[in-house]
Amino acid sequence: MAKIRVETTINGEDVEFLCEGQQSLLQVLRGDLGLTGTKEGCTTGDCGACSVILDDKLVPSCLVLAAETAGRTIKTIEGVAHGQTLTPLQQQFLEHGALQCGICTPGFIVAAEKLLERNPDPTEAEARYYLAGNLCRCTGYDKIIRAVLDAAAVMREQRA
Amino acid sequence: MEASLFEAPTDVAGAVALLAGEEGARVLSGGTDLLVQMRLGAGAPRMFVDVKRIPRLAALRIDSTGLVVGAAVPAVEIYGNEQIRSLWPGIAEATDLIGSSQIQGRATWAGNLCNASPAADSVPALVACGAVAVIAGPKGEREVPVGSFTKGPGKTVLERGELVVEFKVPAPPPHAADAYLRLIPRSEMDIAVVGAGVWLELDGKGVVKAARVALGAVAPTVLTVDAAAAALVGSKLEDAALEAAAAAASAAATPIDDKRGTIAYRKKIAGVLTKRAAKIAYERAQAR
Ligand code: FES
Ligand code: FES
Repeated sequence: MAKIRVETTINGEDVEFLCEGQQSLLQVLRGDLGLTGTKEGCTTGDCGACSVILDDKLVPSCLVLAAETAGRTIKTIEGVAHGQTLTPLQQQFLEHGALQCGICTPGFIVAAEKLLERNPDPTEAEARYYLAGNLCRCTGYDKIIRAVLDAAAVMREQRA
Repeated sequence: MEASLFEAPTDVAGAVALLAGEEGARVLSGGTDLLVQMRLGAGAPRMFVDVKRIPRLAALRIDSTGLVVGAAVPAVEIYGNEQIRSLWPGIAEATDLIGSSQIQGRATWAGNLCNASPAADSVPALVACGAVAVIAGPKGEREVPVGSFTKGPGKTVLERGELVVEFKVPAPPPHAADAYLRLIPRSEMDIAVVGAGVWLELDGKGVVKAARVALGAVAPTVLTVDAAAAALVGSKLEDAALEAAAAAASAAATPIDDKRGTIAYRKKIAGVLTKRAAKIAYERAQAR
């Protein structure tokens, strides 16, 4: 059967790809488009490793069909840093050692960027609840949450 | 595996025609149940009908008659709406309990309802507020109260070619408010052991004039417990009225035993949550 042709915007660039109806956005990002920063954990919406921003909403890309994204705007982990400059959140993950294997990290960063956009001064509990759908099997959540809260403080200072 | 067809109609008639014409067509809104079932072995449907490009399904509006939420509006847009949080706080609470932040960027009320899980969080809250689902199909449109939409686990009133278009929630009259509580064994990311939605309307003196109580996860479908509501009417939520409502809720519950809770525990909790949700709804109604 003929594949579906999709034109979309990913990290500010116009992108065109071919996909099958049942293919997920995650499969197309990692496979056809070579954007392997977005990770695959469960493929059932449970782990958060595949988090991306679709039309300004945080979504699990394993539960988005690639064909749905025609004309939409997608941001992946590759679009988070400004060129070579890391965001405060990325910087704090490094400084806190908030990653070990790193599989969960892109999903945490994408989700936490959204958290801090919605709530620039989250409490620890708010941060933990917001990120409850991001699972980490090695670092443990304390360093991750501390990195997020410190990044929030840095960002508030930068804005002040 | 044969590739699935993908269609994204831009009006309701187009969606109905696709669903009526292709037996293997499935509605795709958030995909947080449909695509999960596909991954877990149900196989890909013959055709996906993405309904998110139909303006009516993507719209949310609030006016003096109440709230209209399109079937494709994701949870984050519902509980993130300040007006909804203030007018229907119980509905907002229930919607905010569905899945993770990521899932909430996709999941919809229509999906929560059509998946027909007895534990769906948004459903008891919607029933408590008297919400109605608007259904479109080959024979036109019809309205079904959310409380009578599911027929059993995985079963709904939807017929071939039909889809949910939107939900209508009546505006709360003066001194009326809702609340929703659920119990899960963990603090986040779990399925309800019991969910309880309560809606109360008070008179000017703080006496309950009208009430609705709906329970989730304690029967094959959401339960509307008229006896619990009746126990609250005429009271100011004195202990005797609360105990009677709790007893009625526990008696109405016909839950299953599973790893999240036993039958006895679920029946007890159904009463406890009914009481607690009633108290919250009462405080809110008094403050209005
Ligand atoms: S891979 Fe998408 S949530 Fe786990
Ligand atoms: S660093 Fe390995 S899963 Fe989080």
